[in-house]
Amino acid sequence: MSVFLAKRFLTFVATLLGASIVVFLVLEILPGDPSMTLLGADADEEAYAALRLKLGLDEPAVLRYFDWMWGMMQGDFGISYAYSVPVMELVWGAMALTVPLAIFAMLITIVVALGLGVFAASRHNKPGDYVVMAFSQLGIAVPNFWFGILLILFFAVNLGWFKAGGFVQWEDGVWLAVKSLFLPAIALATVQAAILARTTRSAVLETFREDYVRTARAKGLTRSQTLWRHVLRNALIPVITVMGLQFANLLAGTIVIESVFSLPGLGKLVFQGIANRDMPVVKDIVLLLAGMVIVVNFVVDVTYAVIDPRLKVHDV
Amino acid sequence: MSEPVSKNQLMAALTLMTRYRNFVIGAVLTGLVIVCAFLSAVWTPHSAVELAIRSRLQLPSLEHWLGTDHLGRDILSMIMVGAQNSLIVGIVAVSIGVFLGVGLGLWAAAKRGWTEELIMRFSDFTFAFPAVLSAIMITAILGPGAVNSILAIGIYNIPVFARISRGAANAIWSREYIMAAKAAGKGRFRITVEHVLPNITSVIVVQATISFAIAILAEAALSYLGIGTQPPEPSWGRMLNDAQTYATIKPYLAIFPGAAIFLAVLGLNMLGDGLRDILDPRLTRGR
Repeated sequence: MSVFLAKRFLTFVATLLGASIVVFLVLEILPGDPSMTLLGADADEEAYAALRLKLGLDEPAVLRYFDWMWGMMQGDFGISYAYSVPVMELVWGAMALTVPLAIFAMLITIVVALGLGVFAASRHNKPGDYVVMAFSQLGIAVPNFWFGILLILFFAVNLGWFKAGGFVQWEDGVWLAVKSLFLPAIALATVQAAILARTTRSAVLETFREDYVRTARAKGLTRSQTLWRHVLRNALIPVITVMGLQFANLLAGTIVIESVFSLPGLGKLVFQGIANRDMPVVKDIVLLLAGMVIVVNFVVDVTYAVIDPRLKVHDV
Repeated sequence: MSEPVSKNQLMAALTLMTRYRNFVIGAVLTGLVIVCAFLSAVWTPHSAVELAIRSRLQLPSLEHWLGTDHLGRDILSMIMVGAQNSLIVGIVAVSIGVFLGVGLGLWAAAKRGWTEELIMRFSDFTFAFPAVLSAIMITAILGPGAVNSILAIGIYNIPVFARISRGAANAIWSREYIMAAKAAGKGRFRITVEHVLPNITSVIVVQATISFAIAILAEAALSYLGIGTQPPEPSWGRMLNDAQTYATIKPYLAIFPGAAIFLAVLGLNMLGDGLRDILDPRLTRGR
């Protein structure tokens, strides 16, 4: 397993580096001279030169890339053009919303999807199974931002149980903050849970057909004992893989959902950055989001190397 | 004189339709979207772009079946024209994915070794940039627009098709008839074109249908965010964005465009499932 892990770690680092290079090329090199966009087309030459010097744009691109990377690793994300504050401050505030929201949505997804998936598999080809599968077919097709709007209309406007949008800061009460993330998390989790419930169901059904499950049944375990002792653990491998792949979509969904519920998270920050031509903010957030996806996929790979006993056998 | 359809034939047709109900429902819904798109090119009940402030925010009526929006435009007409937009984005974005992705996947399977490794690592890497993220980058340098969303979704599709076609192609390469073709002196390229590609077509067709659904969803999301299709071009996502402003007073505004996206995506997903049932019966066993 250690060979697998070492190999996987190397590709992880390479992927992160590749992502940072692409982000740098696209957002730093392609747009040209930012001093033009910041000062407008008719400032005098000295002003441009002064600004370029101040922003460190006179240095060669390679050096600027390493500066940027070195800074990122130390938590120095550069200075925002638009607000003249460290990008880190802006990002940190936005992360306090985006990350809990993504985790909240993921938790709901896991609980609902595993529950429904195992339930459907245990009622295979019976009405319960059909109902769950029909709902998941519908759930996969629902655009999450539309679902978010419908949730607002029903639970906030009609019933008045929640606020229609906005975020209550953590300092003003953990419960209130969680409450303001509740509808967004539901909107995000519905589609994800619909997909994951299908994966869980077919993984459990698939595992039930394995020889070792037949052996377990033959030695006298009941169906539910086999389910808990043997099937679930093995069925989790494809489920975790799909969860990892879904994480990128979840994060992308978070950006969209933040816009629906007017939440001041990374999504809002990056769109403001685009509107203000604030490249350092855009660059850092894009890399941060891509980085999160890469890290999660790495963790997923490592996790199933640990869960799947068959992977251990390979390198003895 | 042709024989009237017998009761048995009718029953047989019905049985077939029930067995492939995914395919039937999916084909009907998808067909509806396509018909709307083509019809709207020549006819819509009202203009989809012309403003009629005097008849703004009207409830559904005989005159305006789905009501009018905040600028007095007919919602039904806008949804019909929006179908064109969704179809075009879907077709181009999926084509980018199919041509480049399948090409890379087949190449990887044919060459193996470090070429395969490199292509697959490239795929892994592209996976870290979901369509929204690529769209953000493209918008940051080029500004918003429909072409950007097509590009972003297309780029996202490349690794999807590269992975799936490489996996399917590898399975074909280990078959005996490939050995026979090699023994007959055929080169890798010829074997790929003559034997591998025809045998993985069904997998690609099924994936293309599902990717089409995902593309429609992604385009709607990007237009909703304001970085996709720009006004006055009607698009379903954009309509939802406009609708949200007025949703508290006119909730129906938010219902119809969302329902259009939902039905189109549902139709394509079911069509994909249905095609899989028909083209690859082995896979349905586990479902």
